[in-house]
Amino acid sequence: MNIELREKDDERIVFLVEDVNIPFINAIRRICLVEIPKLAIETVNIYKNDAKMFDEVLAHRLGLLPIKTDLDLFTMPSECDCEDHCSNCSVSFLLKEKGPKIVYSKDIKSNDPSIKPVYDTIPLVELHENEEIELEAIAELGLGSEHAKWQAATTCSYKFYPKITIDNQACYNCGVCIDQCPRKILQFDDEKQVTITDIEKCSLCKTCERKCSGNAITIDYEESKYIFTLESDGSLDPVTILKKACDILAEKSDNVINFVMNEEE
Amino acid sequence: MLFVRCYTCGKVISASFDEFKERTEKGEAPDDVLDDLGITKYCCRRMLISHVKVW
Repeated sequence: MNIELREKDDERIVFLVEDVNIPFINAIRRICLVEIPKLAIETVNIYKNDAKMFDEVLAHRLGLLPIKTDLDLFTMPSECDCEDHCSNCSVSFLLKEKGPKIVYSKDIKSNDPSIKPVYDTIPLVELHENEEIELEAIAELGLGSEHAKWQAATTCSYKFYPKITIDNQACYNCGVCIDQCPRKILQFDDEKQVTITDIEKCSLCKTCERKCSGNAITIDYEESKYIFTLESDGSLDPVTILKKACDILAEKSDNVINFVMNEEE
Repeated sequence: MLFVRCYTCGKVISASFDEFKERTEKGEAPDDVLDDLGITKYCCRRMLISHVKVW
């Protein structure tokens, strides 16, 4: 297996994987999407809400706020010993504001100052003159398979590595493929031959292949070579998500190994 | 109020909405501002461009 990094920042990682099969890479993709725990607001106690926004809409907006998560600090509520909520499985946030103002995500204060929303500038609710809002929100760990607010990776996908073949003998040099390409990855070189500028941008749409009157261009994909893209909502960084996903996959494989060992004994 | 996340992909788009509004009101082209803010996918771009304030 060969891996080459293409792009990496706080929210996004793009890399090239070679010599793996689809079931394997898809297993990692699916685990990244729905099996990585992260914090999200689950319970909201609204004491006062004079705003035009309904309570349930406000609670939904709060739920979708991405919250910086340190997975070592919290346990899943289902695995926690406590009866309701405790500091091991939940964080409580308080919000008390008076209008006129727009309430932003930075106004929501937690009992643990290190735990806060990823972005400060998310508008939550607009308060007019003399309108007040007071609420308590409790965030806990959860999985994306239950609700999309617990999805740490917002987009996680792989695509086949494109393979573009240009038959220079059959090409009329008409330039139709260059005009039609939606990703603008084809161009004429100095000798007026069609060349590819950035093959990884190709979306395999085959527009050039259909429009070519001489059948000179064919679009195909490489076997067992993929471009993997992972985007996070900021609560966990993409590398952590990927590492955790591989850990989960390894743990599941270990279960199978243990089962087989026990059978043999 | 703009939705917190993009309907389609779940990217948190509302965090950049104030800046988008301010800059487009000053006369900058919306597509340039969106590129600048790192909102590259068309599902997220339509969330900001087509937003109508209701609440």
